[in-house]
Amino acid sequence: MELDLNKAKEFYKEMLLIRRFEEKCVELYSNQKIRGFLHLYIGEEAIAVGVMSALSQEDAVFATYREHGHAIAHGVSAKSMMAEMFGKMEGCSRGRGGSMHLFDGATRFYGGSAIVAGALPLAVGMALADKMMKRNRVTVCIFGDGAVAEGEFHESLNLAALWKLPVLFVCENNRYAMGTALKYTESETDIYKKAASYKISSKQIDGMSVMDVAQAAKEAIASIHKEQAPMFLECLTYRFRAHSMFDAELYRQKSEVEEWKRKDPLTLFENSLKDKNMWSEIDRAEMEDEIKNTIDEAVTFAENGTLEPIEDLERFVYSEASHG
Amino acid sequence: MDNITTYREAVKEAIRKAMREDERVFLMGEDVGHYGGCYAVSMGLLDEFGAERIIDTPLSESAFTGAGIGAAMNGMRPIVEIMTVNFSLLALDQIMNNAATLLHMSGGQFNVPLVIRMATGGGKQLAAQHSHSLEGWFAHIPGLKVLTPATIQDAYEMVGLALADPDPVLIFENALLYNSKGSLDVHATPTPIGKALIHKVGKDITIVSYGISLFKALEASKTLAEDGIDAEVIDLRSLRPLDDETIMNSIKKTHKVIIVDEGWKSGSISAEIMARINEQAFYELDAPMERVCTAEVPIPYAKHLEDAALPNPEKIVAMAKKMMGKS
Ligand SMILES: Cc1ncc(C[n+]2csc(CCOP(=O)(O)OP(=O)(O)O)c2C)c(N)n1
Ligand SMILES: [Mg+2]
Repeated sequence: MELDLNKAKEFYKEMLLIRRFEEKCVELYSNQKIRGFLHLYIGEEAIAVGVMSALSQEDAVFATYREHGHAIAHGVSAKSMMAEMFGKMEGCSRGRGGSMHLFDGATRFYGGSAIVAGALPLAVGMALADKMMKRNRVTVCIFGDGAVAEGEFHESLNLAALWKLPVLFVCENNRYAMGTALKYTESETDIYKKAASYKISSKQIDGMSVMDVAQAAKEAIASIHKEQAPMFLECLTYRFRAHSMFDAELYRQKSEVEEWKRKDPLTLFENSLKDKNMWSEIDRAEMEDEIKNTIDEAVTFAENGTLEPIEDLERFVYSEASHG
Repeated sequence: MDNITTYREAVKEAIRKAMREDERVFLMGEDVGHYGGCYAVSMGLLDEFGAERIIDTPLSESAFTGAGIGAAMNGMRPIVEIMTVNFSLLALDQIMNNAATLLHMSGGQFNVPLVIRMATGGGKQLAAQHSHSLEGWFAHIPGLKVLTPATIQDAYEMVGLALADPDPVLIFENALLYNSKGSLDVHATPTPIGKALIHKVGKDITIVSYGISLFKALEASKTLAEDGIDAEVIDLRSLRPLDDETIMNSIKKTHKVIIVDEGWKSGSISAEIMARINEQAFYELDAPMERVCTAEVPIPYAKHLEDAALPNPEKIVAMAKKMMGKS
């Protein structure tokens, strides 16, 4: 893939922003500003940044409860995300959703789903509507390796292939579903092969390499438009942190985690930029400063946000007149 | 002999005892093995019993619940753990269309001695896909038994009672109770399925509760006592079968009743209880029956909204005072 300096900066900065944003979330969780479940994406940033780089403004995204990275990379503002996690009205879901349920209509970010595999059928339907209305857009659906075991995964892949729908399925295979390793739950651990069995064109790629992901996503989106058929990417990756904030990590060896940390997507990308003699052009300190500002602003925005009045508790159960 | 333990340990002890005593018993579910159970209930059991009897399943709620039904039909005594009631919805077809109906459809030939345990309840800011209390829903279904252990003793006893039952039994463990402590007598004679227990005797008003609501009702009863209101607090323990007798006998004494239920009001177990009181004890009532339930909204993330949505002791106290003409 052709990589110009601007693109390189953008990729690196986006990944770093996600990393720093989540490190801040951990701190705020310890200070009890953020509550509920908090699932960190640290280690997997290359996938969100690579995939989103291939999308146009028109395209829609469905993600999981581990979706901070996808939301940021898709253009949801850090401010509205932080306010959401603070439970404030200015949050992207008005404080009703929290970390697991970030929604943003303006960027067509459809969540934030906490039922494993629950969003796959929605992505199929979203794409079906586009096809019926002859709109030239793509729906991206991101999910973990755990989702592959659910019936909804298989039913959705079949529908998307059968109906030739513009869906990009992205499986983030980080080898564990909570504490259960893939080898204990799948008879076939090469997930892309399952997609192939539904006659969906599929590929297994290095999810730690933002370049590889961006390249594969770009090709996939082009192919979806050209072939009018779904595509499937299996991204091999690893989560560096616990499943959520409550997890003793008894199910994996520290050495395994350390080994994967050597493939940190930020380090990998840095090395490849060094090879291309581009790294020296990147002012890392300045980037850190800008990111720190963005995050500080987000935290201040969240702190200053308002709590929704309790009288409004039962709103949004049914549509209001404005919903049309 | 009593010893002090946690709800979590009590459930684990009961599973361990059952597995030691009966080779047909096994546990399967997501993360029950290597992870130790998402609420650490099965921590250590994989080491003790091995991977053949402590089975880590894929995220396939429908298939492994159905597999539990099949194994139960073939002589085993499976305990299926579904992480939380929210995910049991993926297995609803197996529970409703197979577990609950096979005995009947087969003209009495095939019973399903299956135990399904799952966590339930809100209160941890987990928002609208992880916080609901749907046990009342399951109580709608003939063929199932629905248990809601609130105390340490029941957390322990109900596993054994459920395993001894020839039919499918669902056990709902409120996730906020796992760390609760209390005394456990492993030699006590278990209180049978379908029997409610009176946790506090009183004469002025009956508070019917189950699961975590029991503790909210008990706390409310203490506040009420300070105001000279002597509440009787009932723990239903089982939503199906319901212990009508204990409820009606209490109402014959107090003539007033509040039902506390973390489910929503509409079409709920609290509505069913009111209907039964209407049928069986209407003329005993001195005041309209009342309920303290969850607001009719999916549970929101923000703490102040979640708190406002769920039942709490203050709401029970206010309701009781209103009924006693003391507000
Ligand atoms: C249907 C369903 N079952 C169980 C859960 C509990 N749960 C939440 S995340 C998770 C693991 C999912 O793993 P994976 O899909 O690989 O995603 P990862 O967390 O690794 O990103 C489980 C079991 C759930 N949310 N939904
Ligand atoms: Mg995973």
